[in-house]
Amino acid sequence: MELFWLAISTIAIGVFGCVAWFWGSNMVLDTIYPPKGPNAGDNIRKANQIRPWLFLGPAILFLTMYLVYPVIDSLWRSLHNSTGSRFVGVDNYTWLLGDGKFRESMRNNMLWLLVVPALSTLFGLIAAQLTDRIRWGNIGKSLIFMPMAISFVGAGVIWKFIYEFRAEGETQIGLLNWIVTRLGGDPQIWLTLIPWNNFFLMIVLVWIQTGFAMVILSAALRGIPEETIEAAILDGASPLQVFMKIKVPQIMGTIAVVWTTITIVVLKVFDIVFVMTNGQWGTQVLANLMYDWMFRGSPDYGRGSAIAIVLMILVTPIMVWNIRNARKEVR
Amino acid sequence: MADLKLEGVAKSYGDVQVLSDIDLTIASGEFIVFVGPSGCGKSTLLRMIAGLERISGGTLQIDGQRMNDIPPSQRGIAMVFQSYALYPHMTVRDNMAFALKIAGQSRDQIREATDRAGKMLQLTPYLDRLPKALSGGQRQRVAIGRAIVRDPKVYLFDEPLSNLDAALRVATRIEIAQLKASMPDRTMIYVTHDQTEAMTLADRIVVLAGGGIAQVGAPLELYERPVNEFVAQFIGSPAMNLLPGKVTAVGDMTTVALDGGGVAQVAIPTREGDQGMAVNLGVRPEDMRETDGDAIFEGQVDLTEALGEVTLLYFGTNQDSVPVIAKLPGIHTGLNGKTVRLTADPHALHLFHDGQSLLYRDGADLPPYRPRTTAAAGSVGGADGAASMPGRSDTGDDRIEGGTIKPEGPAR
Repeated sequence: MELFWLAISTIAIGVFGCVAWFWGSNMVLDTIYPPKGPNAGDNIRKANQIRPWLFLGPAILFLTMYLVYPVIDSLWRSLHNSTGSRFVGVDNYTWLLGDGKFRESMRNNMLWLLVVPALSTLFGLIAAQLTDRIRWGNIGKSLIFMPMAISFVGAGVIWKFIYEFRAEGETQIGLLNWIVTRLGGDPQIWLTLIPWNNFFLMIVLVWIQTGFAMVILSAALRGIPEETIEAAILDGASPLQVFMKIKVPQIMGTIAVVWTTITIVVLKVFDIVFVMTNGQWGTQVLANLMYDWMFRGSPDYGRGSAIAIVLMILVTPIMVWNIRNARKEVR
Repeated sequence: MADLKLEGVAKSYGDVQVLSDIDLTIASGEFIVFVGPSGCGKSTLLRMIAGLERISGGTLQIDGQRMNDIPPSQRGIAMVFQSYALYPHMTVRDNMAFALKIAGQSRDQIREATDRAGKMLQLTPYLDRLPKALSGGQRQRVAIGRAIVRDPKVYLFDEPLSNLDAALRVATRIEIAQLKASMPDRTMIYVTHDQTEAMTLADRIVVLAGGGIAQVGAPLELYERPVNEFVAQFIGSPAMNLLPGKVTAVGDMTTVALDGGGVAQVAIPTREGDQGMAVNLGVRPEDMRETDGDAIFEGQVDLTEALGEVTLLYFGTNQDSVPVIAKLPGIHTGLNGKTVRLTADPHALHLFHDGQSLLYRDGADLPPYRPRTTAAAGSVGGADGAASMPGRSDTGDDRIEGGTIKPEGPAR
């Protein structure tokens, strides 16, 4: 109960603090530069130059504290030894190049990068098209979208049960093994099946991201001018041809945005691997590797930070391209 | 070469009946225009012919074959949309080639067909451009080209000029007329709300109103022999004036005493017993002229609009009733606030009772329509037809009144 009141008062202070900040700071500004009197015009001009910063100020402050500073600190740490006490130059990076686990992570990340955005976008596109014109389409859409509301950790746990293996003689409680044994096959320890276990992990993210892709692409499909579709029907195109040759090309921009957005999520993938295999059996990925070096066993901040920087460098260009594309779409 | 036959065609969305009992026969090679106010169902009717809307009742035949359930692409039709409906991601050539590619034609055939259409529509320099790099007029030409390459039996146009500016609209209208002239055996159906397009392009106009066909006829027939007040007011601009009155004398020439005080002689026969019948006298603004003698309308000019070519006079604009409008040829200055007496040729007048033209009250067995020309010879009816034929006989002296030759007859 004490915790409850603590939470409530924190929220109250936060909300009240925000209102007080915007109201108070603007009032102070208007007192310093009153929008009346002999210098009214000049005052309003000056106040208007300052005012945006009052609104942006808190956001900029927190962004600096939680984003800019950590990046700089990571960069600094990546050039130092495990405790940050000695400058080692690019030693951490050269070590990375030779490390087997890092290479495995890079390879797995690239695999994730190829498979997950492609499958998510593809399934999302199919779902968007198929649910668009049927009566229970909206229910279907809700069901497909629902995994988006589940945390990656939660999804990992759910899927771990699907892949669950019980020793010979015990009842198989994992869905997949239940199906396999029903079909007369032998139960498998799915998560240790190299290299397929990587794909079993990817399916979890595909399951989550398909809903996202579907929602965005569904909106894009509805934005296609109906006449172009009717014209194609009159031109003799079959439903599949209308979809492939008329609809999809017209939403290419949106597909690119969805694809890259999912790509960024994929590059940062951590929770699913952490929960399900923790990078064992050849499933390591960069984010989990970084976590291992940073916080596990005897932490090495230098190496962990170096991995973090590599990850950031990989994400940045895709991010820039994504934002450009999204802006183009808005226009 | 294709004739269309619509029999009892109806369209309803759930309980809402949009169109009902549409009976229409369109001959092969005809240019038919559907006109009507917004929401009258003209586009819906066109889309049913195209196969984009289901036909709720009745049958549609093209070339004698029932088409109700035939997919659009197999009906032998092509359609040009108001919004052009070009495929934005394809070049002009690919836009035109799309249907042919789907149909599996060879690369050479496609190239030849698109080249020919491009040349025909002066699109050759633009064949490799995307639609977004074209002007509105060029886009609409591509849309027409897309129809041409398929060489359909029936062309459907859904307000193709509505998105173009005024000058381009006239130019493209003429192009469409030339296109039709170059393909005399192709049937064209054209939907518009612009009566200039309807009057200039159509062989026959179909006026749609209230979920059905109000009248079908040649453009000038609709102008000169409207079947009811709706068609009378819909065709012609400004709309025909309707002046309420009562029949005072019957015969081959009918005399109508107007509630506004005027008296009109109308060349529409009435019978015994019509005496005292309440009628609306229809007179087109362009048929009115100033007079010193008997006037059918007398009023104070509230407003004038001088267009140079003609001058529009507005009467009674500040009353609740619909204003009366007169269109006098040439320039008239200083009429504002003056009282003007107007009359019109008896043969240019219309009589409506309960909204229906008295011309048609014995059924539609009028002799075939021939336009009344300013040169009087050969007009409808004539002296011998006057009794059975309530049309307009037109004699030369009708056009000369008080020594002035009327510069324009009602039929132009």
